[in-house]
Amino acid sequence: MTDTKEDLARTPLHALHVELGGRMVPFAGYDMPVQYPDGIMTEHLHCRSAAGLFDVSHMGQVRVTGKDVRRAVETLLPADLVNSEEGRMHYSFLLNDKGGILDDLMATPFADHVFMVLNAACKQSDIAHLKTGLPVGCEVVEEGDKALLALQGPEAAAVLSELAPEVATMSFMTMRDLDIAGVPCRISRSGYTGEDGYEISLPGDQAEAFARKLLADDRVKPIGLGARDSLRLEAGLCLYGHDIDETTTPIEAALTWAIAKSRRAEGGFPGDSIILKQIAEKTPRRRVGLIGEGRAPVREGAELVNEAGEVVGTVTSGSYGPSAEAPVAMGYLPRALSEPGTEIKAVVRGRERPMKVAKMPFVERRYYRG
Amino acid sequence: MSKTYYSDEHEWIAVDGDKATIGITSYAQEQLGDVVFVELPEVGKALSKGDEAAVVESVKAASEVYAAVSGEVTEVNGAVEEEPGKVNEDPEKEGWFFKLKLSDTSELDELMDEAAYKKFIEGLD
Repeated sequence: MTDTKEDLARTPLHALHVELGGRMVPFAGYDMPVQYPDGIMTEHLHCRSAAGLFDVSHMGQVRVTGKDVRRAVETLLPADLVNSEEGRMHYSFLLNDKGGILDDLMATPFADHVFMVLNAACKQSDIAHLKTGLPVGCEVVEEGDKALLALQGPEAAAVLSELAPEVATMSFMTMRDLDIAGVPCRISRSGYTGEDGYEISLPGDQAEAFARKLLADDRVKPIGLGARDSLRLEAGLCLYGHDIDETTTPIEAALTWAIAKSRRAEGGFPGDSIILKQIAEKTPRRRVGLIGEGRAPVREGAELVNEAGEVVGTVTSGSYGPSAEAPVAMGYLPRALSEPGTEIKAVVRGRERPMKVAKMPFVERRYYRG
Repeated sequence: MSKTYYSDEHEWIAVDGDKATIGITSYAQEQLGDVVFVELPEVGKALSKGDEAAVVESVKAASEVYAAVSGEVTEVNGAVEEEPGKVNEDPEKEGWFFKLKLSDTSELDELMDEAAYKKFIEGLD
């Protein structure tokens, strides 16, 4: 990132981050808090034991409308929106013609539109891709005046249901519109930490007051991008631009579950022939989880070598996992070496460090299934 | 009597005759955040000024520690390998990294004293 402070965009919570002592860094064109005074480790563990509040307003929030909009959106991504209930969230991807991932996203069908949440760094190119790719008559509007908060952790439901009792029984991966404490919110039971929790879309000009209300609860602490990254890594969730990108397909990335059953039969999305063939024949390489010994973090870019010392793969993201209490990483390995328990070595500063292919998530997921 | 010097790479070097104890400053540990791993040099290794001497890793990133002075490593602090959190808790005492037998004490003249280092970090904020 070469952005200077002046070029950086600010979310509606920027002043609050600064007031709370956030260490601000450039991230996807925004000036964002990487951590608060408690530090990444404490923030991470607090989110796993109580509740953490994240500002994710830099992400894109997009409303797609038009005639037969669900079917229209299905031409660009492999989710089953046509047969979906309203408010059911779908983790999916925009794909190129080779089946490579242009972005991963959340798509949620409603009565007259499809709502999408897009990665911050990709949102402008995603919107352009949607506008070009969707049939004439579809409209794509970024809701740039909205903020997005995530409240994550085992206490999230207890905290938020004090303001809105209805949220307590929402199921994982559902979204609904709800007034909370007088604020019109679009709330979902979802998140990217492996914990139970919510994401709340709300008008930007009411976001700071809303965030303060949540932070007034002792169980809630603000969490920065640093802990957000270590939490999602422990949860085994992909980070776009690192674990997945235009050169990886969902099948190589072990995200086959996100290709809807009905779409596997019909196809009809970009790269469908390649993706369907990969599902049938399996791919030569595959994304795996890796867990190391000791404490030395194994980070993105580290080479993975086999017994013979040959480079067989690369780490795509990695760190020390504060809850796993071990070095955890994701990377790509040949299928023959992708079984959990397989021993492999990661090269860190010229030294080989033993790692094992591990099942993900590295920590137990605690989603609310109702 | 020992005297403590500081480098612009945020190391402290406590010197007693030709023996030096080296660690990172409180300012440096604050910038790094929670330290989760420290890689120390091997005892007996000869370091020239500017050589990579150690690596300190936080959750977020790895940072190299360069030798601010030349010398031979005589001792390393196993306690910070076992408990890297010591670097955050007590960076300028218990959290020391390694000791050197200095090969050229005149290199110390290029380092800062405590007052100059204080001024240096004030200028960084």
